Amino acid sequence: MDSVTATPAIAIDRLVKVYRTTTAVDGISFALAPGSMTALLGGNGAGKTTTIATIMGLVTPTSGEVRVLGAHMPRQRYRVLQRMNFESPYVDMPMRLTVRQNLTVFAQLYGVAGVAERIAELAADLDLTDLLDRPTGKLSAGQKTRVSLAKSLLNHPEVLLLDEPTASLDPDTADWVRGRLEAYRRARGATVLLASHNMVEVERLCERVIIMKKGRIEDDDTPARLLDRYGRHTLEEVFLDVARGRAHVSEAAQ
Amino acid sequence: MTGELSAHRVGAMVRRYWYLLRSSWPRILDLIYWPTVQMLMWGFLQLYIGANSGFFARAGGTFIGAVLLWDILFRGQLGFSISFLEEMWARNLGNIMMSPLRPVEFVAALMIMSLIRLAIGMVPVTLLAIAFFGFNLWSLGFALAAFFANLILTSWAVGIFVSGLVLRNGMGAESLAWTIMFLLLPLTCVYYPVAVLPHWLQWVAWVLPPTYVFEGMRALLIEHVFRSDLMLQALALNIVLFAAAAGAFLWLLDSARRQGSLMQTGE
Repeated sequence: MDSVTATPAIAIDRLVKVYRTTTAVDGISFALAPGSMTALLGGNGAGKTTTIATIMGLVTPTSGEVRVLGAHMPRQRYRVLQRMNFESPYVDMPMRLTVRQNLTVFAQLYGVAGVAERIAELAADLDLTDLLDRPTGKLSAGQKTRVSLAKSLLNHPEVLLLDEPTASLDPDTADWVRGRLEAYRRARGATVLLASHNMVEVERLCERVIIMKKGRIEDDDTPARLLDRYGRHTLEEVFLDVARGRAHVSEAAQ
Repeated sequence: MTGELSAHRVGAMVRRYWYLLRSSWPRILDLIYWPTVQMLMWGFLQLYIGANSGFFARAGGTFIGAVLLWDILFRGQLGFSISFLEEMWARNLGNIMMSPLRPVEFVAALMIMSLIRLAIGMVPVTLLAIAFFGFNLWSLGFALAAFFANLILTSWAVGIFVSGLVLRNGMGAESLAWTIMFLLLPLTCVYYPVAVLPHWLQWVAWVLPPTYVFEGMRALLIEHVFRSDLMLQALALNIVLFAAAAGAFLWLLDSARRQGSLMQTGE
C-alpha cells in the first residue's frame, strides 16, 4: 500500500463483510490520500461493489473499520454524506421527473446553496442545458449518464465514488465523461474512487490501482509499476494475469 | 429516528413525489376512482336497507360513514406505502439512501404525501356523498378530527412497518403494502359492532386502535353521543403502535444494512 502522509480521505482497516455464508470482502485495508484518483478493479464477485457500498455507509461491516473524511461509517455517516456523492449505472433517477426537477430535488437533499444557479452551471458544463426540461426517462443512455454525473457533482463532493461511470456509453461520450471527471478532480482536489472494468479508462484517469479478487486485495500499485511488475503492456493483461492466478514477473523469477 | 430533522430535505422529498403525481393523470385518477366506487356502492346499499329496516333507517349514514372512514385508514396507509414503493420502482432508493436524507425525514415526507394523496382522493368523494346521499362527513366537526387523527396515525404506523419490510426483504414484500390493511377490515369492525364478534376475537379487536374509531362513529351516528373515552383509548394505543412501528422500521433498516439489501431493489 502507498504511504499516505495527509489524513486519508478514505481509510479502510481490515474490513470484512460476510453475507450469511459468503465472504464478500475478506480483511482488506487501504487508505486514499486526499485529491487522489484510484481504481478498484476486480472480476464479478471480487467485492468491489460491497467495498464501495460500505464506504457509502450502505452496508455495515462484519468487522473492521471504514472511515471517510474522518467519520466512522456507517455510524457517523450523516456527518459526511453531504460532502460525498456517487454515480452508478445501476441506480436510476425517477424517469417521469424532468432533468431540472431531479437535479433540484437532489440539490435540496444535499443542502446546495443557490440551487438554480448550480444547476445552470452544471448544465452548461455537462452540455445539459437543452435537456433540462425533458423527462429523464426520455433521454438516451449517454444523456442519462451525463445527468447522473451532474447529480454526483451537485454538492461539490470532496469524495466521489464512481461505479462503472462509462458503462454502456459509446467511446466518444465515454471519453468526454472521463475528461469531465479529470477536470473536476483537478479543479476541486476531490478524492475519487472508481470501480471499472474499462482498463483504458483506468490507465488514463488513475494514479493508483487496487486489484481485488475473491474479497481480497491481490495487488495495489501505480499503473506503471503494475505493468512493469507483471511484464505487460496493458492493464488489461495485468488484470487477466491476476484474474487467472498467473504470477507476476518477480514472483516467476523466484 | 436518528438525527435532527431538516425541513429542506423533507421538502425536497415532498417536492419529488408532488412532481411525480402531477405528471401522471392515471396516478391522480387512481386516488379518486376506487373510493368513489366504494362510497356509491355502500351508499346505495344503505338506502336499500334503510328503506326496509326501522333500525337502519334510524342509523342513517353508518355504512357510508364507515366506508369513508375506512378509506381514510386504507388510503392513508396506501398513500404512504406507494410513495415509498415509487423509489423501488424507479430504482432510486440507492440515490436516496446514500444522500444525507435521514430516516426520520424520509418518513416525515411519506406522511405528508399520505395526507396530500388522501386529500386529493377523499375530499371529492365526501362532496359526492353529500350530493348523492345527503351524508355530510364534514358536519361531524370535532369528532371527525378525532376520528381522522386516530385513523391516520394507525395508517402511518402500518405504512412505516411495511416500508421496513420492503427495505429488508425487497420487492417480494411489496404485496403486503396492498393487502396488509385488509386484515384489519374484519377485526376492527368497520361495518358492524364489536359485540358481533366471538368473545375471544373481541379481545383482539380492542387491541386495534381503529376499532375504537368505528365504535365511536356508530355511537355518534346512532346514539348521537361523542365518545371521547374511546378516542383517548385509541390515541394511547396508537402511540404504542407508532413507536413499535418506528422501532421495527429502524431495526429492519439496520438489518438491511447488515444483509446488504439496500444495494438491491429486486425480488
